[in-house]
Amino acid sequence: MSGGTDDTLSFLILNTLLVNNFVLAQFLGICPFIGVSNKIETASRMGVAVIFVMLVSSALAYGINIVLVAADAEYLRLIAYIAVIASTVQLVEMFIKKTSPALFKALGIYLPLITTNCAVLGVAKLQTSEGYSFIQCIVFALGSGLGFTLALVIMAGIRQKLDLADVPGLAKGTAIILMIAGVLSMAFMGFAGLGS
Amino acid sequence: MASPSYKDSFVNGIWKENPVFVQVLGMCPALAITNSVENAIAMSCAVMFVLVTSNALVSILRKWVPKEVRIAVFILIIATFVTVTDYAVKAISVPIYKAMGPFIALIVVNCIILSRAEAFSSKNNVLKSILDGLGMGIGFSIALLCMGGVREILGSGSFLGHPLFGANYEPWVIFVLPSGGFFTLGAWLFIFAWWRERGARNKKPEGHQA
Repeated sequence: MSGGTDDTLSFLILNTLLVNNFVLAQFLGICPFIGVSNKIETASRMGVAVIFVMLVSSALAYGINIVLVAADAEYLRLIAYIAVIASTVQLVEMFIKKTSPALFKALGIYLPLITTNCAVLGVAKLQTSEGYSFIQCIVFALGSGLGFTLALVIMAGIRQKLDLADVPGLAKGTAIILMIAGVLSMAFMGFAGLGS
Repeated sequence: MASPSYKDSFVNGIWKENPVFVQVLGMCPALAITNSVENAIAMSCAVMFVLVTSNALVSILRKWVPKEVRIAVFILIIATFVTVTDYAVKAISVPIYKAMGPFIALIVVNCIILSRAEAFSSKNNVLKSILDGLGMGIGFSIALLCMGGVREILGSGSFLGHPLFGANYEPWVIFVLPSGGFFTLGAWLFIFAWWRERGARNKKPEGHQA
């Protein structure tokens, strides 16, 4: 990413959503991408949960970074970020459990695993190293979350079709998913240069 | 659950339970940092260091950590060692640090490390945990080298930066790009599935299990 503090907001959105899609171009959040992409419905809800966690943790990480820089304690950054993300995920988990037990069941183990979704920590880490302003951080997090959801939903759509296809036994499971992801990633390469 | 022998805790991770090819964990770095062999080696060293040290510390503390907060404690331990690694890599080589981008910090959320802390070192003694960390680390390195080797040889026509083919070789650029990572890992998983199935087929007539 070329990055910099003068990136316009439209560039940030386009860049994170399509050109440098988190999943397909930067390899962030591969585990849920492979794990929760069975059904479009689950995938899109997972995406919404991730977008929310990203937005909240990005805003909090921005604040924490200011405090840590002021206190001259940048070495605590990683530990502080991961603590913030873990508590945000806990919050979302309680919220979903309360409002939609069915969704809670459908997301299963992958809900607490948002904590270990590298895309979320990646957002916090990248926005710090790029030196984004608060608004840029929020837009960056939104774009990344949307990009993640987009990749997840496309993949889920393909996998629903794949259930009916005749896949050689050996390639079933992760191997064929990775191959498809490769083709998708190639397709997304077509967006290169957009918005710059 | 019976505790595995010292030899088993070391050997399992290298091949039988290879973290990338068999357990399919820790895919992000395996895909992202393997466009050259050099990066793959650096990433493997970083992961192995964090695995061994965090496994050891988790194992030492396993009797004092209350069950309810164990995951949080594990993550804090891992984050501490990753911070150490982060600064160490920056001090050793700035180009490598730049090439790895955010992925050093992201070792924190690498599923391999947390899964070993939870599944192994919170139940076994320190020496076994260190051996397990070493074994898993070596298994991870093998996987990364398999990926990095294929991608660098095909994608840039070189190995560790030394050109392999003559000037007429047209590099297969797709392999150093993101999509090449997906293809390479997919192909490796396919090969391993084939290998396992062939092994299972050959074993059956003899009537004993490996």
